[in-house]
Amino acid sequence: MKAKFVIPLALFLVLVVFLGIGLRLNPREVPSPLIGKPAPQFQLTDVHDPSKVFSSRDMLGKVWLLNVYASWCESCRDEHPLLVAFSGKRLVPIVGLDYKDKPEDARKWLDQMGNPYELSVSDLDGRVGINYGVYGVPETYVIDKSGIIRDKIIGPVTTKSLDERVIPLVKELSQ
Amino acid sequence: MKRLLLALVLLSAFACQAKEAVPDAADPAIEKRMIALSENLRCLVCQNESLAASQAELALDLKQEIREMMKKGESDKEIVAYLVHRYGDFVLYKPPVKSTTLLLWYGPFLFLGIGLVVLFFTIKKRHNQITETPLSRDEEQRAQSLLEHK
Repeated sequence: MKAKFVIPLALFLVLVVFLGIGLRLNPREVPSPLIGKPAPQFQLTDVHDPSKVFSSRDMLGKVWLLNVYASWCESCRDEHPLLVAFSGKRLVPIVGLDYKDKPEDARKWLDQMGNPYELSVSDLDGRVGINYGVYGVPETYVIDKSGIIRDKIIGPVTTKSLDERVIPLVKELSQ
Repeated sequence: MKRLLLALVLLSAFACQAKEAVPDAADPAIEKRMIALSENLRCLVCQNESLAASQAELALDLKQEIREMMKKGESDKEIVAYLVHRYGDFVLYKPPVKSTTLLLWYGPFLFLGIGLVVLFFTIKKRHNQITETPLSRDEEQRAQSLLEHK
């Protein structure tokens, strides 16, 4: 074959590959600039006991997950059973951030669906959510012993993302 | 006059927002500045909409945040930095020039350059193929006679 045919064919194939990759990307997954940075500090009240205040500093020295959820959030319903099962493994404490939700709704929801959280706190006005760059609930952050965000899962966690991303990372960080 | 102006600002900016009360919209200058700034920012919830146009919950919260920051006297630059720190360059409709965006910014010029080089060589090649073959004496005479007979 002559170069006259090979070159356009090759260019076309390159284009196809690029478009193919582009189609597989998820435009909703915007890489978080906070990965590798310290997790923003917060102090919020407990969903179950509004007199109790939780500070993110309390978790220093531990690897933990911060799961942003809300009782009004549809896809949280999908991921919740997975989180409940995952918390049963006792690999890592999960702190729930109840994003822009009424604590009583969240309590009802946790009673119904099971409670995977070590504790969960109310982010009533969504300020903490903004500091964490939350733009679609649910979101899950992996935070290391020194309070650095190591990974972020946008959208509901899946068995795959837990097995392939969260568990290996948590194990590595816990060592 | 002030009331009329306020009503106009509210009508133009929030015409589609019937039931949502807009706190802090009382200052038209800040409102105008906020809208001008947020038109250049992307809403992360509905990604094809600007923050100014979006009515998503998060966009409303962020616009409120911007209003408050403006009231505190923070500059547009500081506000943009605040958002980029949380959401990344993705919030900017005009991404900054840096090593990862070089191809984005200068890619078109690169392709233009490649195109020009290809064009140059193609023309040169074609020019070489056109070899000048002058007419022989006979041919010239024939051509001359044909032209004269007309």
